[in-house]
Amino acid sequence: MSQIKERQEEIIDEFSMFEDWMQRYEYMIELGKSLPTIDEQHKKDENIIKGCQSRVWLYADLEGEKIKFSADSDAIITKGIIALLIRVFSDQTPKDILQADVKFIDEIGLKDHLSPTRANGLVSMIKQLKNYALAYQAKLS
Amino acid sequence: MAEAKFNIDKIRQDFPILQRKVNGQNLVYFDNAATSQTPKQVIDCIIDYYENYNANIHRGVHSLSQEATDAYEQARIKIQKHFNAKQAHEIILTSGTTHAINLVAHAYGSMLTKGDEVLVSALEHHSNIVPWQMMCEKNGAHLKVIPMLENGQLDMEYFHQSLSTKTKMVFVNHVSNALGTINPIQEIINAAHQVNARVLVDGAQAAPHIQADVQALDVDFYTVSAHKMCGPTGVGMLYAKEELLEQMPPYQGGGEMIAEVSFEKTTYAGLPHKFEAGTPNIAGGIAFGAALDYMHEIGFKSIEAYENELLIYATHLIQEIDGIVIYGPEPESKTAVLSFNVEGLHAYDLGTILDQMGIALRTGHHCAQPIMEYYKIPGTARASFSFYNTKKEINIFIDALKKAISMLT
Ligand SMILES: Cc1ncc(COP(=O)(O)O)c(C=O)c1O
Repeated sequence: MSQIKERQEEIIDEFSMFEDWMQRYEYMIELGKSLPTIDEQHKKDENIIKGCQSRVWLYADLEGEKIKFSADSDAIITKGIIALLIRVFSDQTPKDILQADVKFIDEIGLKDHLSPTRANGLVSMIKQLKNYALAYQAKLS
Repeated sequence: MAEAKFNIDKIRQDFPILQRKVNGQNLVYFDNAATSQTPKQVIDCIIDYYENYNANIHRGVHSLSQEATDAYEQARIKIQKHFNAKQAHEIILTSGTTHAINLVAHAYGSMLTKGDEVLVSALEHHSNIVPWQMMCEKNGAHLKVIPMLENGQLDMEYFHQSLSTKTKMVFVNHVSNALGTINPIQEIINAAHQVNARVLVDGAQAAPHIQADVQALDVDFYTVSAHKMCGPTGVGMLYAKEELLEQMPPYQGGGEMIAEVSFEKTTYAGLPHKFEAGTPNIAGGIAFGAALDYMHEIGFKSIEAYENELLIYATHLIQEIDGIVIYGPEPESKTAVLSFNVEGLHAYDLGTILDQMGIALRTGHHCAQPIMEYYKIPGTARASFSFYNTKKEINIFIDALKKAISMLT
């Protein structure tokens, strides 16, 4: 099993222990506190993801053959979501990132709890992660 | 107390959606400034149309078409009476405010030229900014902005100073959607007319709360969307003075808007049809009339008084919460809109948590980015109240807000 898949399973397991939305969101907020991971110098307009109601900065660096993502946001719940995405996708090869599907979002009951604008933001975040992977894959080959 | 003579329980029974649950909680709908809910009288009117007399209007000789045409034209008269327009054909039925403003920007805008100036207020919805920018790009007119003040009101001194014989049009909303500010439109109209400028008032936010009298105001253009006043989406109106509608070229071409068509020359239909190309939203137009009937049955004066009471009540309670910042003027100078932030928190996080508790607020820039830029904030949380809301719901909202704040800090 690829690490990406494994990490998604882990997250699904963690969330399955929560009994209600409050616990789920409190955990997301807790996770959000692990951000920012992005270097101040990369927190600039060109790294802002469009399509989110809150601002999200995402940056990716190559370490060896693997991509390391870092991010920040001005909204805490959004930070929590990116923290989860980074946990799943960081330190992976561009190829694995490009091939991965992101099913954990649905399974941890977040998607239907996210407002349409938020859901769009999520879609944009995943798209941007994959865009970085695509760019670095081209660079590596 | 307004609440008592108002029979709120009976009113709430008219709105089926208010019975539903969201995320397992009773819905508390405080996003009325975005769209209002629909009473069953209006829903029934739409059903009745499709079940009994759905037909294209102004065309058929058959009975259904004539019934539909009569109902549609009766709705136009209801709208005319409501806004006290001199003539029914001064009411152009559109798909909403955005469509109405674009119609004026194209049709009236085509008569402006380079060197002309137009004034737009800083408090506008993007719908009352972008069409004018597009127009200015085309005709070379110059767009000037009437700035806003810290208290969410317009800088009227600047406005008066900016008016000159070059000014051809002024665009301002009657009420700001982001802050609820009631603008001094009478003063603006009078001053603009002194220099022979025309005034378009975007009444989208005012219409659910304040009954505007277009003749008394002497306004040139007034626009509304039915979906903000208990009507369906996709229908609204442009009121314009007859003389202006006569001067303006048509905006869209098609069926309904012509007198005679040949490949050599087409002549246009008279008002209002000249501006109503194509099959309109027939059920929507008729239901718009039903929505006005519904609101009149309750009474605009009672609605205004009751909503004001809700606003004052909510303002008092929310002010007691630490770190609350309210944007916009004091309750007496605005409609029932509470636009706020909690220091250190993102409006978006608040909105997300409140939604979990069944409370519908709007968060973000409310399609009024210049206002957000003025305050240097990404957005606000906005609770907007309607006459079918209650103090009990406000209590639920305030408790939920406190809970959200404690979760997020
Ligand atoms: C002040 C104002 N103007 C214009 C609009 C646009 O209305 P519509 O989307 O119905 O065309 C709105 C709706 O939010 C509004 O609040």
